[in-house]
Amino acid sequence: MKKKIFNKTAKLASASMIVASCLLAGSALAKDTVKVGVVSFLTGPAAGVFGVPAKQGAQIVIDAINNGTMPAPYNTQGFAGAKMNPVFSDESGGGTKQVGLFRDFVEKQKVDAMIGYISSGNCMAIGPIADELKMLTIFSTCGTPRLYEEKLRSHVFRTQANAVGDSLAAARYIVDMYPNEKNYTGINQNYAWGQDSYKFFELGMKQMSPDSKGSDKPQFPKLFVGQYGTEISALSLDKAKVVHSSFWNGDIEAFTLQAMVRGFFQKKIFVSSVGGSAVDALDKKFPDGIVMGTRGNVGLLARDNKDPLNMWFISEYKKRFNALPLGPSYQYARSILAYKFAMDKAMKKAGKFPTQDQVIAAMKNIKFKSFTETISMARGGGHQAVHSVGYGLTKYNKKGKTPGAEKVKMYGPECIYPPAGTKSEDWINAGMPGAKCK
Amino acid sequence: MQFWATVLLDGLTYASYLFIVSLGLTIIFGVMKILNVAHGSFYAWGAYTAAFAIGFITDNDLSEALFLPAILISAILVGVVLGYIIERFILRKMYNQDIHLIVLATFGVFLIFEDLIIITFGVDPYLPYQPAMMLGWIDIVGLNRGVYQLTLILLASIVAFVCWYGLTKTKWGKLLQSVIYDREISVAMGIDVTKVYVVTFIGGAILGALGGAYVAPTTSVSPGFAIDLVVLSFAVVVIGGMGSIPGALIGSLIVGILRAFAVHQAPILELFVVFAVMAIVLIIRPEGLFAPPKPRKI
Repeated sequence: MKKKIFNKTAKLASASMIVASCLLAGSALAKDTVKVGVVSFLTGPAAGVFGVPAKQGAQIVIDAINNGTMPAPYNTQGFAGAKMNPVFSDESGGGTKQVGLFRDFVEKQKVDAMIGYISSGNCMAIGPIADELKMLTIFSTCGTPRLYEEKLRSHVFRTQANAVGDSLAAARYIVDMYPNEKNYTGINQNYAWGQDSYKFFELGMKQMSPDSKGSDKPQFPKLFVGQYGTEISALSLDKAKVVHSSFWNGDIEAFTLQAMVRGFFQKKIFVSSVGGSAVDALDKKFPDGIVMGTRGNVGLLARDNKDPLNMWFISEYKKRFNALPLGPSYQYARSILAYKFAMDKAMKKAGKFPTQDQVIAAMKNIKFKSFTETISMARGGGHQAVHSVGYGLTKYNKKGKTPGAEKVKMYGPECIYPPAGTKSEDWINAGMPGAKCK
Repeated sequence: MQFWATVLLDGLTYASYLFIVSLGLTIIFGVMKILNVAHGSFYAWGAYTAAFAIGFITDNDLSEALFLPAILISAILVGVVLGYIIERFILRKMYNQDIHLIVLATFGVFLIFEDLIIITFGVDPYLPYQPAMMLGWIDIVGLNRGVYQLTLILLASIVAFVCWYGLTKTKWGKLLQSVIYDREISVAMGIDVTKVYVVTFIGGAILGALGGAYVAPTTSVSPGFAIDLVVLSFAVVVIGGMGSIPGALIGSLIVGILRAFAVHQAPILELFVVFAVMAIVLIIRPEGLFAPPKPRKI
């Protein structure tokens, strides 16, 4: 009898222990918060019109998701149910410093993911480190195509399409809108982004308009140099009427101001692939008729887009920051949406709070709803986004008293990006086979 | 003809703004034997203060005639306040120290003032374009030129004349030359060298701030925009000779014109042509092209 009771008790105790350990294990894996490093320029010349709007865009979406107040399809609370605790960090200081900070985030702060990065130089430095440290990293803005074309990444995603599309869309717009203009030149910053931007613009022009000719003296001034008087003179003397530029931040504003007072824009067709910040900064003083891109259907070109998610974003941003969201605001917010999409998807598949590897697997090749369109992670082995890129002519809206654009043309990803597995330069030189442009 | 006229005018314009800033740097070194890395702070603070003043005039619909006085007053204010603070509370304690320590100290001051800019003015860029826009452009040899940018050449000429006149025709100028030549003898002759140092440093600071204040209407005034200019100023001073005012003028002209030529003819060379010239000068004449003679002390 005693032995029977002992055996029964022992079995009950063992069963209880097994159940308890399962419960404990389950609750140890479930998380209330996810800690995510969000990196953008918070000081220095890139802060005011790039890094800070980027941070603000991210903040709007993070807070809304944490509170469960985001519109559909992101109206569930949290990231796989967990609230995000963002740790904002400054991207200034160069690649070496950023690599050190990245390691600190991963090894000491034990973040669950890293999101952000504007500078192409920093992205190229961080990419290999992210794979080495096996940290899920989502790049939001940087544009160099070299990130995936030189080597595929295991832990790195980019929710912003690369500079190739910006440059090819610019070339298409020039060919579409100014078919008689055969000569072009450029002024781009002398680093990865600037060099790549002009290179692909030139390659695109050669294919789309074979009788066009590039200047043998395009300008590549140093980043953030601020004084362009001599360059404006050189461009003015150049017979090329089309001038391509991927200037961003303070450089596009300084250039615009210095060129404007010399009547430069009356004589040249200026193509700016990412100059939207100058349009808002100069407001009604910004000249009409500039060919302006925003690296996607965002910022200036999205102001009139009636997608409910876009209208919500613009409204919330204006309410909180008393300004309209710029391109970088959308880019960072988009990365947050992608992260939520992947987290929720991974949790649904796993049936419990997902591991990082499960989130990475879930994020690969996703198509997720962004503010104005669906973004497809269809390049770079499922890690690189493609989306449409638009250009329009700046035109101040006197009635609404806001900067705007007219004659906007959007170019779909099938028109401006090579198929998966093909290098951009090879594809363009082969005549862009399979490109589908409307 | 158009090409050479354009290169010359571009070079002169660029040289003008380099000269105003590097003049202050070279005067400070000539008199005080201090390499002031914080000189860039005067430029940046001058620009921000002028931007703020221009914004105030514009927002309150005040007369456009106030733009120029606002720019000049901003430069003087920044030069006097920052110049006095740095000289009185930092440099005066370090005059007998090793030059490397002084360079490090002024570098630290530069970094502090860069951060203070962000605290005071925020991270958003300022675009005080109104004075430049007001003057419009004129056609010179078939090319449009911003009138405001051309006035920079006039300003640099005035500054050069005032400095020449002040140094050669006034009592203060003679005191300054004496201190430049030999500090010890100057002290022995009863010159209040400390006062000379203060006035010199503040004067140099005003020149640095004037460069920033006058250039502000042509650019985006944002954190960190002074860094490039500081590096170029040092190159000009090294080429011309540290402590030499004619050297600063000639150095600025060499840098401005060579750079303009490179931008027009071979843009890829623009980035290093300045430093290539600096390197050649350092090899051939390390003290600079117009370095003042040093007395031999027995």
